[in-house]
Amino acid sequence: MFKIVRRQEMAKGTVILNEIEAPLIARKAKPGQFVILKANEEGERIPLTMAESDSQKGTITVIYMVVGKSTALFRDLKVGDGYQDVIGPLGRPTHVEKVGHVLCVGGGTGVAVLHPITRAMKEAGNHVTCIIGARNKELLILEEQMKAASHDLRVCTDDGSYGHHGFVTDVVKQVLAQGPVQQAVAIGPVPMMKAVTTITKAANVPTLVSLNPIMIDGTGMCGGCRVTVGGKTKFACVDGPEFDGHQVNFDELNLRLKAYCAEEKNCYEGYCRLGQ
Amino acid sequence: MSEKKEKTGRVPMPEQDPQVRRRNFQEVPTGYTPAMAQEEAARCVQCKKPGCVEGCPVSVDIPGFINLVNKGDFTAAIRHIWSMNALPAVCGRVCPQEIQCEGKCILNKKGAAVAIGNLERFCADYEREHGTGALPPKAASTGKRIAVVGSGPSGLTVAGDLIQKGHSVTIMEAFHKPGGVLVYGIPEFRLPKAIVAQEVNFLERLGVKVECNAVVGRTVSLDELFEQGYDAIYLGVGAGLPSFMNIPGENLIGILSANEYLTRANLMKAYKFPEVDTPIPLGKNVVVLGAGNVAMDSARTAMRLGADSVRIVYRRSRDEMPARAAEIHHAGEEGIEFMLLTAPTRYLGDQSGRLTGMECLKMELGEPDASGRRRPIPIKGSEFEIQCDLVVVAVGSGANPLLTQSTPDLKLNKWGYIQADLETGKTSKRGVWAGGDIVTGAATVILAMGAGRAAANSIHKYLTWGW
Repeated sequence: MFKIVRRQEMAKGTVILNEIEAPLIARKAKPGQFVILKANEEGERIPLTMAESDSQKGTITVIYMVVGKSTALFRDLKVGDGYQDVIGPLGRPTHVEKVGHVLCVGGGTGVAVLHPITRAMKEAGNHVTCIIGARNKELLILEEQMKAASHDLRVCTDDGSYGHHGFVTDVVKQVLAQGPVQQAVAIGPVPMMKAVTTITKAANVPTLVSLNPIMIDGTGMCGGCRVTVGGKTKFACVDGPEFDGHQVNFDELNLRLKAYCAEEKNCYEGYCRLGQ
Repeated sequence: MSEKKEKTGRVPMPEQDPQVRRRNFQEVPTGYTPAMAQEEAARCVQCKKPGCVEGCPVSVDIPGFINLVNKGDFTAAIRHIWSMNALPAVCGRVCPQEIQCEGKCILNKKGAAVAIGNLERFCADYEREHGTGALPPKAASTGKRIAVVGSGPSGLTVAGDLIQKGHSVTIMEAFHKPGGVLVYGIPEFRLPKAIVAQEVNFLERLGVKVECNAVVGRTVSLDELFEQGYDAIYLGVGAGLPSFMNIPGENLIGILSANEYLTRANLMKAYKFPEVDTPIPLGKNVVVLGAGNVAMDSARTAMRLGADSVRIVYRRSRDEMPARAAEIHHAGEEGIEFMLLTAPTRYLGDQSGRLTGMECLKMELGEPDASGRRRPIPIKGSEFEIQCDLVVVAVGSGANPLLTQSTPDLKLNKWGYIQADLETGKTSKRGVWAGGDIVTGAATVILAMGAGRAAANSIHKYLTWGW
């Protein structure tokens, strides 16, 4: 069992942080890599990119949004409970180097994945501008941490309840207009990454995105996580999870993420009824 | 198997009725009774130079154990098999006996070979249900430590052989359950998972440690394993990279690799969804591409999940189908259709990105190719469409690069498989052996076990005498 040593509701009931004892994984984990978690015997294998790893303490941290039965099961685990299985670190780490001005854009729980990458970009000697967004103030996460990890943090909410009223893309345009950017990183919901990369492509700024398609094993064995990048099929688990955002077929990814929509809905409703 | 006793003398193994079993996941053949086993064992003529043993990749003393069955000493029979084969319950069920032991049986000339696979299975099942549980003898501890990477058939064989020779063995498995292809690949109705668990448990009782969720190459590297004090490493990680057809529309929803489809069904038990949390697509009209054992397993799984129609689409003819004869026969009985000399050219989908059909071409057979099989040649203008909402691609697999990428001093061949000596399994890296599909490309359970046996002998020599 992989014990939960810290749990935080970053947005009540919907965005949850779990710090988990996994010393072997923590020893190896690098920014950009993911783990697969399975709550119990009957559970699904769910891939989540790590928000943090601490080799000293032997822990890793994941932050997720409750969207279905499996994440609801995760939410219901308390401190002292544990995941039956945690597998990792998987995927290739982020390529971090000093390039000059780096723009990091995060949406929703994508901010959790963006955080260690942003910090690494800053530590590598880059000037880092950061834009984070969420649907509303309640769902905005890691503002303080992102402030510390970057030189310049801009915040937006879709409903205007905090920061700039509007999408991250508005602010991306502003930042790009203010001066040259050598590298962008965009992590969040698929429509957000698509919108950001459309803008950065026009501005000719190389942009990394981190993808989270449906997968089973996470080791290249099932091919469920295939994505089209530059017209070629890639496996997000072993070739990614990060790719050149200008080459990714986001429309296909968006459709593929809906493969099990009906099943997920039934399963989640069943679980919610049980809980009542 | 369909042979009638009166025609061949061979005692048939009772099976579930095809019309019933095509909709359930219980095992198809139900096993011999002791009386049936003894009757079948009595058919063995105890050849002085037994062809069957020559045909067995792990050289089980077949006439020896059959003689014990004939005498009714089933406890001694299973121990006799164990001395050469740690996984008899598995091999009795999934070996292609017709081209190995049974293929070389002298009785083929007189009708039908002794049912060696059925007898092996009987011995293992009898021990599981009625046995004493007494373990085979184990040599005194040598103090040497071996890491076995992968818990499929070759890894389990290496572990079983080396633990009995007195070494300390730890198996590392990337999945959350041990067994490799025996748990994620081969379906419940052909190899019940409780039996695999029992075989693994047998090794654990002998002292083998099993660590799951250990992705060697990511969680830990080979060099780190040596630093941790392991004296030798065996790599039996399997092929593990699904091949696709590279035709247009392949990423539509409803097209899965057989690896994914079978892993969902078998390892994740998705056929019980929503009782378990992992879903599996339920196709009404299912097409399986390929005609090997994996294709048969996929097709028969789809039928059990309630499909209206399941078709095997294969570009060659029935004679070239690589699956085990019993699987093709069972699939046919269960209502799987065979569309032979047919190859897909593209997939068709709807607005939501879901599969709706497939365009195919008719083929004819030309001259033999490098594999010795007649080459399929497309017939011009023969395109036609078939409707389907689920396609399972079972056209083989390639070498998974996850471990080899992180181990640059391991030499690979041009296809990315690990280069290993065929006699010993030694790789280019000192102290590291490899065997099974990651060396040969996708093959059978028993060939992987044969490679494991050879490597175990070589590792034992190394640990005793040096590289």
